[in-house]
Amino acid sequence: MNLALETLRTAWRDPRGRLGGMVLLVVTVAAIVGPWLLPDPRAQPDILGGSLPPAIAHPFGTDQLSRNVLSRVVAGARISLSVALLAVALSVSLGAAVGLVSGYWGGTVDAALMRVVDGALAIPRLFILLLVLAVWERVTILALILLIGATGWFATSRLVRAEVLRIREEGYVWAAVALGAKRRRIIFWHLLPNALGPLLVAATLGVGDVILLEAGLSFLGLGIQPPTPSWGGMILDSKEVLVSAPWVGLFPGLAIVVTVFSVNLFGDALRDAVDPRSA
Amino acid sequence: MSGWLLRRAVQAAATFGIALTLLFVLMRAAPGDPLSRLGEDRPLSLREIEVLRARYGLDQPVVKQFGNFLEGLVRGDLGVSIEYGRPVTALLAERLPATVLLGGTVLLLNFGVGLWLGVRQAVRRGATEDRWLTALSLTGYAMPSFWLGLVLAWLVGVELRLLPAAGMQDPLLSSDAGALTRAGDVLRHLVLPAFTLSIVSIAATMRYQRTAMLEVLRLPYIVTARAKGLADREVIWRHAWRNALFPIITLFALWLPILVSGSVFVEAVFAWPGLGSLAAGAVGSRDYPLLMGASLLVAALVVVSGFLADIAYALLDPRVRLA
Repeated sequence: MNLALETLRTAWRDPRGRLGGMVLLVVTVAAIVGPWLLPDPRAQPDILGGSLPPAIAHPFGTDQLSRNVLSRVVAGARISLSVALLAVALSVSLGAAVGLVSGYWGGTVDAALMRVVDGALAIPRLFILLLVLAVWERVTILALILLIGATGWFATSRLVRAEVLRIREEGYVWAAVALGAKRRRIIFWHLLPNALGPLLVAATLGVGDVILLEAGLSFLGLGIQPPTPSWGGMILDSKEVLVSAPWVGLFPGLAIVVTVFSVNLFGDALRDAVDPRSA
Repeated sequence: MSGWLLRRAVQAAATFGIALTLLFVLMRAAPGDPLSRLGEDRPLSLREIEVLRARYGLDQPVVKQFGNFLEGLVRGDLGVSIEYGRPVTALLAERLPATVLLGGTVLLLNFGVGLWLGVRQAVRRGATEDRWLTALSLTGYAMPSFWLGLVLAWLVGVELRLLPAAGMQDPLLSSDAGALTRAGDVLRHLVLPAFTLSIVSIAATMRYQRTAMLEVLRLPYIVTARAKGLADREVIWRHAWRNALFPIITLFALWLPILVSGSVFVEAVFAWPGLGSLAAGAVGSRDYPLLMGASLLVAALVVVSGFLADIAYALLDPRVRLA
């Protein structure tokens, strides 16, 4: 655990880590507090008036249903961030579990698990999700989180497995084995904590990927369903007023760019903190 | 080498086998069956459902269905599209050329420009140019391709009227136009989708090349080359880059899924008549045989390109096949 904290501290000392981290903090706080301070994102005060350009009352303008775009972007942040964090928590846990089992037990278990991971990695995640979402019944947000999480652990399991293979040959693990440490102690006291650094990097970069993925699915009409505001769904809706009211789609897109950029910037700083050679 | 090659080929075949099994299981694990979505738009009578289930073989046991699916696959029969009512294989073959043209252009752009920029970054590691290029490529990577596509279509296609914002050919082009005019027309339509797809995916190439180049630049033989008094250009491109190019070959297989996924959105936004827009359309009409076929084709592409990348790597770097 100390190692993970130390990594976070090193990343924070990196100007990229600090910039990315602070922007993320602002976005997160806005997502949590914003909905209480801003007008109702579902309110349609003047549905016949059409879309209004940015002004003081509505800094990001209003959409074709006269809804406040800023309110909707902030409400969308709540959804997008929650989906991404929960889905990544799931996929990282799955990846860590499979990677630990595969790397620690080795042999047939390892071979079988890694063959399945190879096969799964051959199908782009987007296509797995397109197929499942197109065939399955109405998908709730919870189901969406589970699906995105369940399709994102393959590469993580490879990463953790490689770390475990490396760590289990370290002197301190040999020493622990020689001292008669139980399997559980070795896995949770030695292997997992020492693999946390790369896992943290993978998780951070995974959040950025999932935000983009969820936005893409919502853009195709498969992710978050209206009236729940989501960044991808807002861009989909903005298509019909692309020329007459470009701001409707511009701001949700910028929100995605700023958030994903910050996540990746922070992830980069973390990566360099974990493995200084890559800097 | 031949033993290694055989092992690797068997492995690739197994990977594809597992991928297609996974796809089949995923689809059959759905609550209800694939046809249940069809009734949403128009209520179907029980009789109609019976007939449809029989037509798509859904009334048979799952194991039998998997057998039929494999048998069809061997014969190159991927079933019939629900929306188009035509064989999936024919539809995929029809749409493949447009995607190959778009994907090939992006490939050239990314591996040409991306590798060059990656090398520049490694050489100027930590300098302002390196940091700016990293920031720019990360910005591109953070952009949703469909959003960038819409913004460019609006800005360049509608506001500035510089380039066509949709399609692959000008429908008003006279039918007796020469081959050169036609090619120019397709090229003009190609610019925006190719640019969009390249912007959102070039970061991976640059990042990878930068890291690989930094690894090599640390090695003693580079110091030797410099000590011999060779020109910078000579050291960087002839000595360092050649060795920093090997790892890039493996990137190709990693990068292909990114490209294919990106093209789903970009083709949909620009109405580019390729596999991506076919898949995006199939989503809307719940056309699962078509989605299944497209996923299988992509999986096959990924496996084959990974296999070819491994061979290329082994041919170029003997350490791999001897290890």
